[in-house]
Amino acid sequence: MTSDALAPRADFPLLAAAPDLVYLDSAATAQKPRQVLDAITHYYTHANANPHRGAYALSGTATQAYHDARARIARFLGVADADTLIFTRGTTEGLNLLATAWGRANVRGGDNIVVTRLEHHANFVPWQQLARATGAEFRIAELDAAGGVDLAMLARLVDARTKVVAFGHVSNALGTINPVAQIVRIARGAGSALVVCDGAQAVPHLRVGVDTLGVDAYGFSGHKMGGPMGIGGLVARRALLEAMPPYQLGGDMIEWVHDQDTTWNVLPHKFEAGTPNVEGAVALAAACDYLDALGMDKVRAHEVALTSLAMRALAGIPGVALHGTARAEERSGVVSFSVADAHPHDVATALDAEGVAVRAGHHCAQPLMRALGVPSTVRASFWVYSGRDDVERLTAAVRSARDRFAIR
Amino acid sequence: MADAALDALYQEIILDHYRRPRNFRPLDGATCTADGKNPNCGDALTVWLKLDGDRVSDVTFQGVGCAISKASASLMTEAIKGKTRAEAVALFEQVRALVTGEAGTPARKDLGQLRALAGVSRFPMRVKCASLAWHAMKSAMDGAAGGGAAPSAGRVTPP
Repeated sequence: MTSDALAPRADFPLLAAAPDLVYLDSAATAQKPRQVLDAITHYYTHANANPHRGAYALSGTATQAYHDARARIARFLGVADADTLIFTRGTTEGLNLLATAWGRANVRGGDNIVVTRLEHHANFVPWQQLARATGAEFRIAELDAAGGVDLAMLARLVDARTKVVAFGHVSNALGTINPVAQIVRIARGAGSALVVCDGAQAVPHLRVGVDTLGVDAYGFSGHKMGGPMGIGGLVARRALLEAMPPYQLGGDMIEWVHDQDTTWNVLPHKFEAGTPNVEGAVALAAACDYLDALGMDKVRAHEVALTSLAMRALAGIPGVALHGTARAEERSGVVSFSVADAHPHDVATALDAEGVAVRAGHHCAQPLMRALGVPSTVRASFWVYSGRDDVERLTAAVRSARDRFAIR
Repeated sequence: MADAALDALYQEIILDHYRRPRNFRPLDGATCTADGKNPNCGDALTVWLKLDGDRVSDVTFQGVGCAISKASASLMTEAIKGKTRAEAVALFEQVRALVTGEAGTPARKDLGQLRALAGVSRFPMRVKCASLAWHAMKSAMDGAAGGGAAPSAGRVTPP
């Protein structure tokens, strides 16, 4: 079908079984390659036991599989110290871990927390609520005229009492790639803020070297990069993780439990209470193998080409307005748009009837929607299995939706 | 097939009420009001009611929403004006059955133009859109009766 797609559709069982489906909601969750599904089956067929517990060989196999998966994923992310990669359910849990464990111990009344207008609720609400709970001031860096974070304003907001600067690497709603190096420089300029980056929308699309970004903590989600749902991680500086109190308490995360006190296990176990998601880690490692075999540079080039094509095609439809930067090379594979008189939900329903699956809504970014002056948008997002014919079917379907809902 | 279902969903009555919603304004002298919000899509509307004893003497709405939620709200204002509370709530029950495609629900003649909402039953993900204004209407009435707000509605202003 999508002959110019980077990855063969046949690699993705769901897509192979639905040849007419144009799946353009990969920013919400990606479809899974067969290799990932096989890794799950293989784990449960050959290696399943509770890791770190049994004295028997099979438990050792499971422990090794979990350990190897962490090392593999760390390598994919450019993280040298694999034990600073804490497995979580996803980006949301990683950011909540930080805001709760680090935030409650370190933020006080009179401090402030700085986020940006582009944030997903997962990198907004935990910090907003931390500010409310501690009496800290919650500051929002607005957008500039080009639709990116207003860096001059960000520089004015960050001061000696700033305890956290939290920002997304790539906007989920608009696809905008933020200038991480500049933001980090600004965040480090005024004091001792914790610099937190939400990488959920970056890791599936860009070659990310977390160690080189200069941030203190970086969260990501496995299911957006071809891995299963329920696995992701938080990478943070070792000293930060060692100084932080634990987040959840229970099995595996303890060193010794006395009657009245407990000491904590070493990293990464200190932050991984309970039986871990070994299946998820192993399958996510398989997703990393898959992406490395494709080559992240090729993934990036493919998405820029497709995004650029989609932006030109959609902008050519009278009544369609694109949101976000006009430069495709400053986006991940996301095009967010509005269709004249049509509500995004109605557009999505009409597109679905043509087999085109897009997201309509506020994209878990209501503060951003307010700034854009719309309640919601339509979002088409691409990944490795997307191709030119997907863009063509999208464009045709948007055209007929525009006609259907036009106010005459 | 898909297009036929889509045409049934977005039939002319629905699109007409979407483009030219009736009673689309705040209501002076309203005796009760309630908001309806759909957290999934960010749609929000407000319904105002003027209750004259047990009877709805006037009803209006305003807000942002898709064609389905706006048309359903607009049709609702026309349908319940002049009805008693019990009649309005009974109508809600019939509309709910209609849009969810509850088995054995005939398209009742006395639903009038509301029958245009029948197409929603083929789109389970849009039932919430069609029900939004009705939930708000019921919350407003419950609030007026001292019954408190339904979970789907935010604010209820007693008279």
